[in-house]
Amino acid sequence: MKRFLIPFGIFVALVLFLGVGLKLNPREIPSPFIGKPAPTFKLTQLNDADKTIAPADMLGKVWILNVWASWCVSCREEHPALMDLSRMNVVPIIGLNYKDTRAEGVGTLQQFGNPYAVSGFDDKGRVGIDYGVYGVPETFVIDRSGVIRMKYIGALTPQIISQQLLPLIKELNRA
Amino acid sequence: MIPEIGHFALILALALALVQGIVPIAGSFRGNAAWMAVSRTAAAGQCTFVTIAFACLVYCFANNDFSVLYVASNSNSMLPWYYRIAATWGGHEGSLLLWSEMLVLWTFAVASFSNQLPEVTVARVLGVMGLISVGFLCFMLFTSDPFERLIPAAMDGRDLNPLLQDFGMIVHPPMLYMGYVGFSVAFSFAIAALMGGKLDAAWARWSRPWTLVAWMFLTLGIFMGSFWAYYELGWGGWWFWDAVENASFMPWLVGTALIHSLAVTEKRGSFKNWTVLLAIIAFSLSLLGTFLVRSGVLTSVHAFASDPRRGLFVLVFLAIVVGGSLLLYAARAPKVGLGGSFSLFSRESMLLVNNVVLLAAAGTVFLGTLYPLFLDALNLGKISVGPPYFEAVFVPLMLPVLLLMAIAPFVNWKNASLKQVAWRLRWLALAALIFAVIAAVSFAHSVMVVVGVTLALWIALATATHLFERLSHAPAGTSLWRRISSQPRSYWGMLIAHAGVAVFVVGVTLVKGNEVANDVSMRVGETTSAGDYAFHLLAIKDIKGPNYVAAQATFEVTRDNKLIAIMRPEKRLFLVQQMPMTEAAIDRGFTRDLYVSLGEQSSPNVWVVRVQHKPFVSWIWSGCLIIALGGLFAASDRRYRLKQSKAAAHAALVNTGALQSDKVIV
Amino acid sequence: MRKLLTAACLVLLIAQTCVQAQTQSAVADAAGTNPALEKHVLAVSEQLRCLVCQNQTIADSHADLAVDLRNQVREKIQQGQTDQEIFDYMVARYGDFVMYRPPLHISTVLLWFGPFLLLFGGLFFLAKKLRGRRSEEPELSEAELRRSKQLLATLSESSSDNKEMP
Repeated sequence: MKRFLIPFGIFVALVLFLGVGLKLNPREIPSPFIGKPAPTFKLTQLNDADKTIAPADMLGKVWILNVWASWCVSCREEHPALMDLSRMNVVPIIGLNYKDTRAEGVGTLQQFGNPYAVSGFDDKGRVGIDYGVYGVPETFVIDRSGVIRMKYIGALTPQIISQQLLPLIKELNRA
Repeated sequence: MIPEIGHFALILALALALVQGIVPIAGSFRGNAAWMAVSRTAAAGQCTFVTIAFACLVYCFANNDFSVLYVASNSNSMLPWYYRIAATWGGHEGSLLLWSEMLVLWTFAVASFSNQLPEVTVARVLGVMGLISVGFLCFMLFTSDPFERLIPAAMDGRDLNPLLQDFGMIVHPPMLYMGYVGFSVAFSFAIAALMGGKLDAAWARWSRPWTLVAWMFLTLGIFMGSFWAYYELGWGGWWFWDAVENASFMPWLVGTALIHSLAVTEKRGSFKNWTVLLAIIAFSLSLLGTFLVRSGVLTSVHAFASDPRRGLFVLVFLAIVVGGSLLLYAARAPKVGLGGSFSLFSRESMLLVNNVVLLAAAGTVFLGTLYPLFLDALNLGKISVGPPYFEAVFVPLMLPVLLLMAIAPFVNWKNASLKQVAWRLRWLALAALIFAVIAAVSFAHSVMVVVGVTLALWIALATATHLFERLSHAPAGTSLWRRISSQPRSYWGMLIAHAGVAVFVVGVTLVKGNEVANDVSMRVGETTSAGDYAFHLLAIKDIKGPNYVAAQATFEVTRDNKLIAIMRPEKRLFLVQQMPMTEAAIDRGFTRDLYVSLGEQSSPNVWVVRVQHKPFVSWIWSGCLIIALGGLFAASDRRYRLKQSKAAAHAALVNTGALQSDKVIV
Repeated sequence: MRKLLTAACLVLLIAQTCVQAQTQSAVADAAGTNPALEKHVLAVSEQLRCLVCQNQTIADSHADLAVDLRNQVREKIQQGQTDQEIFDYMVARYGDFVMYRPPLHISTVLLWFGPFLLLFGGLFFLAKKLRGRRSEEPELSEAELRRSKQLLATLSESSSDNKEMP
C-alpha cells in the first residue's frame, strides 16, 4: 500500500531541489583557489614597461588584485566604487590589465582615474588563466602570506565593498 | 488594436478553460449529463479563442508591429516573411502561446473523435485537459504576456537570432510541442481512469492511438532538432546531451515504454497500475522540460531568457499537476485488480523488461541532467555533466533493449518456452556472430562499432524473419498481396519501427566510430583531406544576403582524382545583431556526408577550415523517420477506427448483463 | 535582490564578452597546418567546458577565453604534456566545472553508479514481482466456465480477424 506513495515521495524531493535551484546561479563558478597561495607571476607594469610587479612584492601586506580591461563595460561601472576604496587608503589595490593594449589601458586610467597602486600588464591573458579568471571584472583578496582569501566575480558596488571586502580585510590585518 | 484583441481572446479562453476544467468533472461525479456535455462545447470555445489569440500574434509579426514588446524583441523588418512568422515562437512568451495552441488543438481533436467513449470518460478527459490549459493561460496572462505593448514603439526590431533563421525553426518547435502536448492526452486518460477507479483494457485501447500519435510527433520533433543542429551549428555535431535536448529525450524514452506497456494492458489487461504511472510520468517530464527551459536553473544554449519568478510559477504548477496526479494514483492504484497473469518467460514479461530498461535509461538522463543542480543545492560544489558521462552510461544501458527487441516478437503471450525461442533464432544468432567477426576484421575499428553494427543486423534479420514466417502462415494459394494486407497495421508499425531502430543504430555507430575531422588553416589554392576525399580551396569571395553579408569559399572535392562535388561554405555576418554565423556546406550521400565549415579568419587570406567525412550519418535521420512512420502505421490500425458496429456490439453485450467490462479479454 | 542584480550584470558581461570575441575575432586562433596536432587539440578541447558560454566545449566556442584556452592546450601538447596533466591544470584553475566528464568523488558516486543501480534494481524487483504473482490466479467455477465459453463464441462471430495482434 505504502509503496504506491513512493513516486509521490520522489517527486516531492525533486520539487524541493528545484525550488532551491531557483535561487542558485548555475553560471557562477566558485574559485578553487580560496585558501591556496596566489599563483606567481611577473608582469611589466602598465604605466612603466621597465618595472615589474609580482605577488612576491606584496608579501607581508593584505592586498587586493582587481582584474580589469579598457573594453570591459562592467569595469567602468565598478570604477567609482574602486576609486572610493583607494581613497580610503586601507588596502593597496593592484590591477591586472587583462587582454588589453598598453595604449588603451593607460588611456582609460588617465580618463577615468587610477585607483591602482600599480597595474600589471597581462596582454595575453595567461596570468588571468592562471588565476582562473573567466570574465572581467574579478577581484581577489590576498592575505599577508600570499594566500587567496576571497574571490568576487562581477562589478563591485559600495555595498559589497563595505559588507564583504572591508570586514575581511580588517580581519586579515589583525591576524 | 490587434494585440488587444489577442490579449482579450486569451482572457476569454481562460474563462472557458476554467469552465471546461471544473464543470464536466464535477458533472461526472454527480451523474449530471448536462454538465458533462459542457466539456465539448467549452473545448470548442477555448480552441476558437486561443486560435484567435495565436492568429493575432502571427499577424503582429507578419505586419512588423513593433509596438508589441515581444515582436520588437524577436523580429526585424529585414527578416523574410516566413521567418517573421516562425519568430512567433522564437521567444518565451510566443512559445507558451504555441504550447497553448497545441493543447487546444489536441483537446478539440479528442472532443471530436471520442463519440464511442462513455460520456463520463470524455467529461473527465476534457476536464483534465482544461485544467492544464488553465495553468498555461494563467502563466501567460500573469507573467509572460505576448501582447505586452512597448511604448514608445521601436523603430525596428532586435531581429530573430540568426541561428534560428532557418527552415528548422519553422518545423522543429511545432513538431516538438505536438509531441509534448500530445502526452497530455494519455495523461488525461490516465487521470480520468483513476478518478473513475476503473482501469481496464478498454481504457488502454482508447489511450493507445492518441499516445502513439503524440509519440510519433515527439520522435519527429527530436529528429528535426538534431538534424537542424547538424547543419546549422557548423561543427557537425548532432546531439550534445544538452539539458534541453535531454528534456525532450526523457519523455520520449518514457513514451516508448508507455506505448509498449499499453500494448500489454490492452491485450491482456495486465499491469494497469504500471501503465497509468508511465502515462503520468511521461507528461510530467514534458512539464518538467517546460520548467527547465524557462527557469534558469540549468545552463543551456536552448534556454529562453531565464527568470526565476517565471520559474517559480511553473514549479508551483508542476507541483500541483504532478503532485496531485501522483496522490490520486497512490489513492486509487491499490484498488485496481491485477489482470491476466503470465509466466516468467512470456511476451508480457519481455515487454516489462523493456519498460524497466527504458525507465532506467530515462532515469539516467534525468540523473545526469539534474545532478549538478543537486550538488549545488547541497553546497557540494559545482560540476559539469556532459557527453563523456552520458555516452559512458547510456550506451551500455541501451544494449539490452537492442538485444531483446529482436527476440520479443517471437515470444508467445502468457507462457513461452525459452528453449523453443532460442531454437527458432539459432540461425540468426549464428549469422550475427559471423557478421561480428567479419566486421571486426574489416571496417570496425573498435569494440563498440562491432557491437553496434552486429546488434543492428540482429534486429534487422529477426524482424525480417518474423515477417517472413507470418506471411508464410496463410493457407497455400493465398496471394502475396492478400497475405500482406491481412496483417494488422499495428503489426506493420512494430516491424517498421524496429527496423528504423536498426537503421538508426547503424548510423550512430558508424559515425561515432569512424568519422574523420580535420582542422587546418588554409589559403586559396591549398588542399586538405578527410578520409579518401581531397578538398581543394578554389576561391573566397564576399556575397550579400537579405539581412547578412558573408564570405563564401568554394571547395572542389575529389576522390581518386574524380570530381565529387563543389562545396560552398559561408561565414555570415548578420547585420542587425552583428552576429557572425558559420553556414556549413554539406554534400549528403547514402553512405557518407562530406561536411565543410569555415572557422575564423586568422589573417587576411588565411582561414581556419574544418573538413569532415561522416560515414552513414544520413542513416541516423532515416532511422528516426522510419521509426516515426512505424508509429503512424500503428496508430492507424483498423481497430481504433471501427466506429458504430463494434461499439454497438459491445454496448449490447454490456446491456444484457453478460459482460462486465473489466473481465473481458479482447 | 542584490545577488540578482549582480548575476544579471555578470550575465550581460559574459554575453558581451562572447559577442565582442566574435565580432572582433581579435584573438588569432593559432591553428596551424599540422592535422595530427589539431586532432589532438580537438580531442582534448572537446572534454573541456567553455566557462563563459551557454554550455559549449572550448572546441566549439568562439569566445575569447575559449580560444585562449585552446591555444594553451595546443602549447601544452607541443610541450609534451599528457592529456591528464592538461586536465589537471584546467581543474586546478577553474574547478571541476570545467570538465565535462564529472570526476569520481564521494559526492558523485551516486551519479556514476546510479544508472546501473536503477537497471539492476529494476530488473530484480520485476523478477521478484513476477515470481510472486503466479500463485494468484483465481479458479473459475463451472457456471463461470460455461458462461465464458458462451461469450467467446458470441465475440468470435462478430470479430474474426482479431486473433493475433502485437
